[in-house]
Amino acid sequence: TWSWLALSRSALDSLFLCVSHFGSVSLCLCLGKAGQFFSSGHTNNWAVLVCTSRFWFNYRHVANTLSVYRSVKRLGIPDSHIVLMLADDMACNHRNPKPATVFSHKNMELNVYGDDVEVDYRGYEVTVENFLRVLTGRLPPSTPRSKRLLSDDRSNVLIYLTGHGGNGFLKFQDSEEISNVELADAFEQMWQKRRYNEVLFIIDTCQGASMYERFYSPNLLALASSQVGEDSLSHQPDLAIGVHLMDRYTFYLLEFLEDIHPASQANMKDLFKVCPKSQCVSTPGHRTDLFQRDPGSVLITDFFGSVRKVEITMESVNLTSPIVLVPHPPTSIFLQKPKQRDWHPPDGFILGLWTLIILIFFKTYGIKHLKHIF
Amino acid sequence: MVGIPLWWKTTETYRAWLPYSQIRELDSLQLQLSMEVEVVFSRGTLTPEQQKKVPLSQIREEQHQVNENTRLKYRYETKYRTATVMEEDALGQPSTEDADLSLHRLSESPCGSVVMYVIPQSSTLLPEGVKVYVGQRRTALLRGWEALGGTLKEVLAVLEPQVEQVLRTMSFSHSDITAALGDRIRGSRLSRESLADSMRAFKSSPGYEITFSLLNPDPQSHSLHWDIEGAVQTYIQPLLDKLAPVANHSVDSQILYYAVLGVKPRFNRELSAYTLSAESLAHVINPIEAKLGSNAASSNPVLNFLLYVPDAHHAPLLIQDQGKREVPSNAFHSPRWGGIMVYNVKDQYGPEAEVPVYINIDMARVMGVFLSQLRLMLGVQPTHLAPGFLLQSPGSAGLTDWELDRLQWTRSVENVAMASTTITSLAQLLNQIGNIVINDNIAQQVSSAVTSLQAAVAELEAGNLAFALQYSREAILASERAFFDPSLLHLLYFPDDQKFAIYIPLFLPMCVPILLSLLKMLGEIRRSRAERRAKKD
Repeated sequence: TWSWLALSRSALDSLFLCVSHFGSVSLCLCLGKAGQFFSSGHTNNWAVLVCTSRFWFNYRHVANTLSVYRSVKRLGIPDSHIVLMLADDMACNHRNPKPATVFSHKNMELNVYGDDVEVDYRGYEVTVENFLRVLTGRLPPSTPRSKRLLSDDRSNVLIYLTGHGGNGFLKFQDSEEISNVELADAFEQMWQKRRYNEVLFIIDTCQGASMYERFYSPNLLALASSQVGEDSLSHQPDLAIGVHLMDRYTFYLLEFLEDIHPASQANMKDLFKVCPKSQCVSTPGHRTDLFQRDPGSVLITDFFGSVRKVEITMESVNLTSPIVLVPHPPTSIFLQKPKQRDWHPPDGFILGLWTLIILIFFKTYGIKHLKHIF
Repeated sequence: MVGIPLWWKTTETYRAWLPYSQIRELDSLQLQLSMEVEVVFSRGTLTPEQQKKVPLSQIREEQHQVNENTRLKYRYETKYRTATVMEEDALGQPSTEDADLSLHRLSESPCGSVVMYVIPQSSTLLPEGVKVYVGQRRTALLRGWEALGGTLKEVLAVLEPQVEQVLRTMSFSHSDITAALGDRIRGSRLSRESLADSMRAFKSSPGYEITFSLLNPDPQSHSLHWDIEGAVQTYIQPLLDKLAPVANHSVDSQILYYAVLGVKPRFNRELSAYTLSAESLAHVINPIEAKLGSNAASSNPVLNFLLYVPDAHHAPLLIQDQGKREVPSNAFHSPRWGGIMVYNVKDQYGPEAEVPVYINIDMARVMGVFLSQLRLMLGVQPTHLAPGFLLQSPGSAGLTDWELDRLQWTRSVENVAMASTTITSLAQLLNQIGNIVINDNIAQQVSSAVTSLQAAVAELEAGNLAFALQYSREAILASERAFFDPSLLHLLYFPDDQKFAIYIPLFLPMCVPILLSLLKMLGEIRRSRAERRAKKD
């Protein structure tokens, strides 16, 4: 497939790639048409995918998130750049008739829980606090790298939320909720610290459009599966598994994404058309007023994929000195610190203590009680 | 009576005092960069009357308003003097490298300054066609002219544009500084080249992790050995040691077996080799990155340098650029990620060799490419040279002194800009959201960040580059620690209607008897006053 793609691409103009030559004598920037290197302005991609509901009957929310995870990985974003938060474990749930699988199509066509799923926040770790901490970066210093969003000012971040929501809030784990004001404030804090170049925010919940109403930071593009006052419906139940497998919006989104490959030129306007009212029953909405570029010029792969910008290395330093032999230290025997044992009083101390107690007892009360003991 | 102030005190959040006024001052940044330049005239470039007027010093200032709250001032203090006897001896050396070395031995110029030697036109020190030779340290040799007539002022006026050109190459230029201030000026007023440079190099960070990986997709055919420890110690470590004032670097290495490139190379009959075209290079990195490990403990940016030895069936593998030409280094890099080099070993053994073939990798060649990629990634920008300039190669350290100075200028400006935006946005955030608790340690970090920032700006004004960089690093560390403190998230948002919903059922029933009794008391007071008035009458 790759050679076919390369052939077809050599027939088309390479719009999205710029290979620059830097030499010490001349500077020649060979831009493809439109020089996407400069127009998108991003050098890396991140994704934060969150499923906020637990319990077996919310299987579809986990399947939603895993479908988006699968597409994003297929299009190139590595696991180190994806923060996946799943509030419940459906694959290993006791009620799952097919353990270690999460299906997104009925008749079990597509298992989105493959063998290389890397969940960063699982179960009860998915809380509003942790989600906001991931977004703003205010994590305790002991948090490992895989649980952090280490984006910089040239990162395009895809944020996908799914679960049960209402007008202005999204429910986490059936016990707490995040409001649209908090979300907007979190994005503003991200912007203040320049933690993103552009953000694509997708939410698939009931009344999802209310969640992006309060955004006020620049470079945010938002999509929701339903307007305020509408419910987002699920797609298809599977009789073998016994629950609904996917939500409608994400189902059609997944179908759309399956046609995208890393060299695709599809843009955001196509994404806005996903799941019209006839298929989705609810009306998907989007918000583009905070976004600086025209959505028609934004490629899907700007957010869902990770197309790297590449430059050929023209220079190389001439090294002539011979390699210094690094003396290997003898393999050091790791000295073990003496094991910490709890302090015990010296031997015989307790025995002596009890002898003293008994002697005093018999002194005070008379020796005749001694016969009761022996 | 007692309840209300008590309730107010207990429900208010603890907010330690922050120096808001000083932070507001930082919002409007006025940076002054002072630089010392020395221009030394050697024998034969000045007439005797001109020589009498020298030594002379001049101060030139340039002001730029970058945006409404950022102002830049460049201050060049130029000292003109004639060369001493020892310097003349040094300039009389046969080759430019020796001259540079002896000049360096004579005097050590401080960090951030530039010394230029003007040599007569007839001198054979510089090769033909070369007007300026920039040495490994902070000196430059300028080809002057035969002793011109006229006053010293006219000579200096002729010299000035050349001096400015040299300064733009060896030290900071206005476009470098505005690119470094990119944090404060959002909205690309940058030229294409500086935008590409700013997107390629990593942003200033307290530390970097550098990882060298050897990818062996075919361990059955090739048994690869690389002396990475020795190579890093010899070639990379000197560069990192020299960059120690700018950032901490940690190096590690790994070997990956059965790691394949995600792209299928095509066989090119004329070259009788497999080729990777420029368009397919972009898709090489992602499948490999999934397999690379990284240090889980730190959150520093990672630079990956991969050495790929193609398997026996797809060797030799050549990289072609846009014009289908061969690339001599056989390597490519990705901005803010790292570089990949393809190392062909097919020519080192014949078809009858016993598999697996033992191959010792030539680390000098590999490290040469990685070193140039590392220089690009760390922000040692490739200078856009004007014609007639000749740069001395960096030598064993991998970095010349003036390149380091250049990096230090841009990094300290970048650090100051980033720290000031962090602090001002933190203050704005804390002002806006009244619910966040401000602990004492955050207040302390903020205060130390503010003092370090003020010290850094002062040192930049005074021209002490090393101290300015150190203070700017401290400022950035403190401001980042304050901004990203985990405790700043404690209280969540309570919308007003929820606050009312909580307090009204609690206080309304209590308030009803209080109000009624207050009314009663008022009624009584009024009645007693009316009675007293009635009694008086």
